[in-house]
Amino acid sequence: MSEAVSVMNGAERGTSIRVRDAGLQGMITLRGDLSAAKLKSAVKAATGHAVPKAREIAFADGKGVAWMSPDELLLLVPYGEADAAVASLEAALAGTHSLAVNVSDARAFFAVEGASARDVIAKIAPVDMHPDSFGPGELRRTRMAQAAAAFWMSDAETIHVICFRSVGQYMFDLLATSAETGAVEAF
Amino acid sequence: MSTRLSSGGRLVNKDKPVEFQFNGKRLKGYEGDTLASALLANDQMLVGRSFKYHRPRGIVASGAEEPNALVNLGQGGKFEPNQRVTTTELFDGLYATSQNHWPTLEFDIGAINTYLARFLPAGFYYKMFMFPRPFWKHVYEPFIRQSAGLGKAPKDRDADTYEHFYAFYDVVVIGGGIAGLTAALEAGKSGARVLVMEQTAAWGGRAVVDGVEIDGQAAEEWVAASVEALQAMENVEIRTRLMGAGVYDHGYLLAYERLRDHLPEEKGPRHRLWRIRTKQIVTATGAIERPISFAGNDLPGVMLASAVRDYVVNWGVSIGDRTVVVTNNDDAYRTAIVLKEAGLDVPAIIDARQGGAGALMDEARGLGIRVETGKAIAKVKGKGRVTGVAICAQAGQGGVLDEIACDCVAMSGGWSPVVHLWSHCGGKLKWDDAQAMFRPDPAKAPKGASGEAFVITAGIANGHLRSADALVDAFEAGRSAAKAAGGKVKAGKAPVAADADEATLEAIWLMPQGASIKLRMKAWLDFQNDVKVSDVQLAAREGFESVEHAKRYTTLGMATDQGKLSNINGLAILSDALDQPIPQTGTTTFRPPYTPISMGAIAGEARDELFQPIRRTPMYQWHEANGADFEPVGHWRRPYAFVRSGESVHDAVNREVMNTREKLGLLDASTLGKLIVKGPDAGKFLDMMYTNMMSTLPVGKCRYGLMCNENGFLSDDGVVARINEDTWLCHTTTGGADRIHAWMEDWLQCEWWDWKVYVANVTEQYAQVAVVGPNARKVLEKIGGMDVSKEAIPFMQWADGELGGIKARVYRISFSGELSYEIAVPASQGRAFWDMLLEAGEEFGVMPYGTECLHIMRAEKGFIMIGDETDGTVIPQDLNLNWAISKKKEDYLGKRAQERSHMADPNRWKLVGLETLDGSVLPDGAYAVAPGLNSNGQRNTIGRVTSTYHSPTLNKGIAMGLVHNGPDRMGDVIEFRKVDGTTVKARIVDQVFYDKDGEKQNV
Repeated sequence: MSEAVSVMNGAERGTSIRVRDAGLQGMITLRGDLSAAKLKSAVKAATGHAVPKAREIAFADGKGVAWMSPDELLLLVPYGEADAAVASLEAALAGTHSLAVNVSDARAFFAVEGASARDVIAKIAPVDMHPDSFGPGELRRTRMAQAAAAFWMSDAETIHVICFRSVGQYMFDLLATSAETGAVEAF
Repeated sequence: MSTRLSSGGRLVNKDKPVEFQFNGKRLKGYEGDTLASALLANDQMLVGRSFKYHRPRGIVASGAEEPNALVNLGQGGKFEPNQRVTTTELFDGLYATSQNHWPTLEFDIGAINTYLARFLPAGFYYKMFMFPRPFWKHVYEPFIRQSAGLGKAPKDRDADTYEHFYAFYDVVVIGGGIAGLTAALEAGKSGARVLVMEQTAAWGGRAVVDGVEIDGQAAEEWVAASVEALQAMENVEIRTRLMGAGVYDHGYLLAYERLRDHLPEEKGPRHRLWRIRTKQIVTATGAIERPISFAGNDLPGVMLASAVRDYVVNWGVSIGDRTVVVTNNDDAYRTAIVLKEAGLDVPAIIDARQGGAGALMDEARGLGIRVETGKAIAKVKGKGRVTGVAICAQAGQGGVLDEIACDCVAMSGGWSPVVHLWSHCGGKLKWDDAQAMFRPDPAKAPKGASGEAFVITAGIANGHLRSADALVDAFEAGRSAAKAAGGKVKAGKAPVAADADEATLEAIWLMPQGASIKLRMKAWLDFQNDVKVSDVQLAAREGFESVEHAKRYTTLGMATDQGKLSNINGLAILSDALDQPIPQTGTTTFRPPYTPISMGAIAGEARDELFQPIRRTPMYQWHEANGADFEPVGHWRRPYAFVRSGESVHDAVNREVMNTREKLGLLDASTLGKLIVKGPDAGKFLDMMYTNMMSTLPVGKCRYGLMCNENGFLSDDGVVARINEDTWLCHTTTGGADRIHAWMEDWLQCEWWDWKVYVANVTEQYAQVAVVGPNARKVLEKIGGMDVSKEAIPFMQWADGELGGIKARVYRISFSGELSYEIAVPASQGRAFWDMLLEAGEEFGVMPYGTECLHIMRAEKGFIMIGDETDGTVIPQDLNLNWAISKKKEDYLGKRAQERSHMADPNRWKLVGLETLDGSVLPDGAYAVAPGLNSNGQRNTIGRVTSTYHSPTLNKGIAMGLVHNGPDRMGDVIEFRKVDGTTVKARIVDQVFYDKDGEKQNV
């Protein structure tokens, strides 16, 4: 009865381009000195990935690290492991000025899947979605229409989107609308 | 009459007939027609009435510059007014009606205005505002209301959809004529990312109509080959029906794509607004032909010479059997030649120049066309339609030498480069005297962030009217743009065009040169807004010397065509009237969009559910299903009250208050801001942020705090909890969460960048429920999982634990005066926790409550509310909150400001409670009045109401307000003014109306 539920509870829309609630994803905001050896090894231990360069992300099998700002990372871990990961980060970073906080429930997490996934985003976000400018491994923090969002590509046809939970319904409807109106075919 | 020719029409597909309706008449056209060409093919010369005099108006042009032929297009959810027939592609089932006439297009009562023209001169409307005043309301306003407006406003919801598209390029070429294609080819070859766009459905622009030869090929073949070459380049995007609408700072460009205007039954968005960032823009936008100002130049059948030619060549439509061409340049001869070759009659070419034209004149004469040089049109004859022209000497005053019967007049007053997009972002123009036109001044191009030009203009748009020059210019423009955008330019040669030698144009602004006032009053400059040569001259005489003033006074160029045909002619007339050269007069400002774009395209997807993001808490769906009457709080929707069947909202609020005070209430408090502040300097930082001490707050405890801005004014409030040695959690107001987060970051990043503090906004991580009322502890104990006793969690303390298997942080804080727990759980389990409380609480009389109940309960307790008691001009001291202002601290944001004389003034209005003598509710915002008037003649005031409610607990009206010397006047009765002008008496009382000692919350 008290099971955790993601904002759109697994909803899906679309066929040739599919927009779906990607479910609960553990997310940790980590702020600190990104160049510090202690932080780097703590991140590696928590996620299995190295600290990425500016505007990049490393993500595989539910674990990852995204660069959010010069002093902020977003760590991705399985939902159920977020609290434990925060505890180990805090232990590993004891004595250094840093902040690790579980934000898994503050977010909505979506996947846009299909050949024209790039077009779905390019209609709502002021981001250059041309393959020469953006591809797997990169991340953008931006807005989608009127809501703040971040997104990355895990492969040529899959884009992951995160936003605040309170605008999850808006984001789902927005992505689905953008997908339904078809491709622009300009890439 | 205008009709379809048996041959010709390179754009129409005669195998695909199309049916459409105009004013209820069923008419036929072909695929490839514009609505203009199809109407003309059906002899529908009359298409509308002018704005002011309701003069009959026909089609003048063949493109975006058309001023007259605007129609209501479509029906119901597809209805749109003011659509130009020249840019409307014909489709099967198209439904159009004409505008601005009553009762019918052919017989329009408003046409009487044309006989009143001498009473409706330039500045007519402005003059009416002045004198005589009573006439305004009773005579002028009803008259203007009757005549105002062109098209009708749509009545139904727009049935179409629209979208935006964000695109990024190195080079964008605007214009798909031979110059644009040449520039695009060069930019494309450099490897740069290129977009080339054409506003119409066909590539090639004028060159294909005029039969220019390029590299030994006919223009049409060269264009087809170039388009194919561009399509083959992977780095080039090439699109028709895409118009460059506006150029803005930093290479931002808006383009307007019309996807389904010609395919209304197909699925998908109707328009797409391209929001482009580009390093370089090439404007290859061509030129627009100018009309000539002669008497009767607005009669249907008088058209631009190039348009007459376009209709024959592109759509196989002749405007008349007998066309008189009138010109001041060689280009119009092409029209005469085209007509003659199509088997139509050209009785005469009237060339205002004494010397006539060059090679084209010989060709025309060779075809047997009579050419009259040094002549002019004295006036056009006909009523509602051209029947002939009277010829005079251009040098004279209009003495008629000859009359020629004709049914079409093709006029050409020279060409004006389309400089709009060049000019939008600050590109300057220079006057070219030889060609009588403003052309871009490449030395004064629009500049980007680096100080370098980011717009390059090419071809005819750059003032190179001959194809040969235009191609050389476009070739260089394409290469320059590519280079500036970082592309690699290879060696190459410009395409070579051949076109006939031409004699120079002669500037003719009025025909004949000495036209009498009677002729000038019939010589139109602006066809849509009915501005004539005489109006501009009157404006000059009345002192409107600036071109911008003259424009507004006469309305020249203010119609939906934005003066594409009229501006240059108008300012030439103005210059002449002011006896100054044209460049000294200058142009009016070119503003985006180039032609009107749809409101739908601007809105994009932002309609209906997507109009604005609504923020929802995890319990939103429960609220929605259980009678919530929502109110907006920021972007959140919070339940104002939960209304049960048979109840009014007011009843529901009263029930919720009583139930919470007597039994058990639940409030969805998830929207409250929650900021984590952590670091070795976090205590020091919070001591600066809040007026009171936060560094001394013991771990495990809560403290209410106030935040002020640098000016001392109260900005936000909330309860702060100390989580551990270097971590605090700050609650903010619902609307303040993002603002206060940004405020903290601002100070940390810009001012105290060396302080070791991190802030994270965790507002949405938690669903927060206030469990309130005498039974609050009972329900939590029933759910179980942690000790919630008074001893375990005393008032103003917090504890972590688990409730019903859900991880919870429990704060003993109260905004109601009752026993109260605010419980934060992970948002993903918020709904489960809410359901659990409702189920477990049933035996304890649980009811959820909304924001109005919350407001009433806090007011009964005398608690302030940010936004009610504060309005940006109130300091904490005004609200008697001195207890929350640390005396020990050296500094906090707002401290210095609060010490300034006006802030420390004992005469500032201060917070008190108010009780009406009759128990009624004071009007919100009402002012307390004192005898006498102030220096503005207004009633003196001594206070105002900040919060006012009916208290169900006390069964009377209660209020708080700011009153002069209020706290010193306890028991005094003052008067508050009501909206109806009467007053109501209220007694000044303590602001705490309920449980003053706080016994109920501290149990």
